[in-house]
Amino acid sequence: MQIPAPFEYARATSLDDAIALLTRYGDDALVVAGGHSLLPMMKLRLARPDWLIDINELHELDYVRRHGDELRIGALARHRTLLESAEIAALFPIMTEAERVVADPIVRNRGTIGGSLCQADPAEDLSTVCAVLGAQAVIRSATGERVIGMDEFHQGPYETAVEFNEILVEVRIPIRPRSSSSYEKVERRVGDWAVAAAGGSVTLAADGTIEDAAIGVTAVGLSGRVTDAEAVLIGHRPTDALITEAGRMTSAAVDPMTDQRGSVEYKRHLAGELTQRVLKRAIARARRQEA
Amino acid sequence: MHVTMSVNGEDVAKDIEPRTLLVHFIRDDLGLTGTHWGCDTSNCGTCVVSLDGTPVKSCTVLAAMADGHAVRTVEGLETAGTLDPIQQGFIEEHGLQCGFCTPGMLITGRELLDRNPHPTELEIREAISGQICRCTGYATIVRAIQWAADHPAGAAAVEQETVQS
Ligand SMILES: Cc1cc2nc3c(=O)[nH]c(=O)nc-3n(C[C@H](O)[C@H](O)[C@H](O)COP(=O)(O)OP(=O)(O)OC[C@H]3O[C@@H](n4cnc5c(N)ncnc54)[C@H](O)[C@@H]3O)c2cc1C
Ligand code: FES
Ligand code: FES
Repeated sequence: MQIPAPFEYARATSLDDAIALLTRYGDDALVVAGGHSLLPMMKLRLARPDWLIDINELHELDYVRRHGDELRIGALARHRTLLESAEIAALFPIMTEAERVVADPIVRNRGTIGGSLCQADPAEDLSTVCAVLGAQAVIRSATGERVIGMDEFHQGPYETAVEFNEILVEVRIPIRPRSSSSYEKVERRVGDWAVAAAGGSVTLAADGTIEDAAIGVTAVGLSGRVTDAEAVLIGHRPTDALITEAGRMTSAAVDPMTDQRGSVEYKRHLAGELTQRVLKRAIARARRQEA
Repeated sequence: MHVTMSVNGEDVAKDIEPRTLLVHFIRDDLGLTGTHWGCDTSNCGTCVVSLDGTPVKSCTVLAAMADGHAVRTVEGLETAGTLDPIQQGFIEEHGLQCGFCTPGMLITGRELLDRNPHPTELEIREAISGQICRCTGYATIVRAIQWAADHPAGAAAVEQETVQS
């Protein structure tokens, strides 16, 4: 039976209270949101905070709302909320498709978008989704708020730009016309982490050429976006040959490791194949939006 | 630390260590051993309880997080000596063999029917996909939940059928 090492528990009553607690206890404190990454790590003693600051009562951080040409998602929004959001499904099918395969329905009742991004596990599906969508992270501290892009937010496996006395409060996703997206993951069994996954988003110009494209991959040793493969697409008419080339380049760009989920060769193949599939779906969807 | 919460409609208050997992609080502090504990990796789902009406893996929630909230365990399913239709369904359709996974399956099944009274087979399979059964192969569990959906009156419906036949 594994249980966490002893710690003190404090329940934050407001965002300011949470930040004040983090500031007071410094490096010895960690925020707990859904707890579905942190508590398993604490059971394994991979994390041993002296203080846990529980933000689950901060319902003001649990929302999905449109604000002008952005969709704003509170850090405490649960996976289930994102999966069931009709607005997200219409604007960002990549997120709905990812949420369908994040863990299992019971875990999704608890885990949050903020926890997923802050955990920054290389196999975390929402990290890829947010990178592909060009999301911005709103981070709050006692002295104010800063807004940064995903490339700056993710600093490496399990490492983010969020400092010990800061809290991720919101994710902002730009809404762009003539754009759509898709996500596909291969898992060994339902609820498991990805063997590999890919996400893609495209924006079409009025003449049907690809105005902008984003590609991201999960669990294959490449965080952020696959910019080389994106560059191949931009400015061109989407043809099968072009998409095959983007897939080939993604396959070449990734750096996976052989583990119990699969070999390097298999994961490389998946990265390329899944990239092609999500690009085709994203393009077809973007065209339907135009019509 | 001191926690108070409602468990199966009854208020409980206890002094606990902050690191106490909800599953251990339920089993060891409250003596409600219907909720099972089966893994350290949040995978098996036998520990599922309802927290404010939402199924959660109680091995991955701190008892401290449930302070001030309402918990429902498998013991809270029957009312006044009558089994919940979901429990009756597991009897009718042989939804269990060893019974280890059953408490979690019952809670998840109940919550599914509360929000979706007529689920398809696929929706049932999806709902229980975070829970492992090593005995039944799931087919009878799916049928048991389906039975409960078809018989919202539960045990009373069985008696009715017996009388009529
Ligand atoms: C069995 C199982 C299977 C899973 N499978 C998948 C999967 O397939 N794909 C996937 O993407 N994920 C998967 N997960 C992870 C799941 O998505 C978690 O919900 C997620 O990783 C963390 O969210 P959380 O809210 O539980 O975070 P927590 O565990 O509460 O926190 C994680 C980390 O983020 C920090 N943190 C949390 N919120 C904030 C905030 N607002 N500001 C600053 N720091 C914060 C915490 O201090 C901690 O370090 C799985 C989890 C389990 C248990
Ligand atoms: S005991 Fe296995 S998921 Fe909770
Ligand atoms: S009945 Fe034995 S594990 Fe499900």
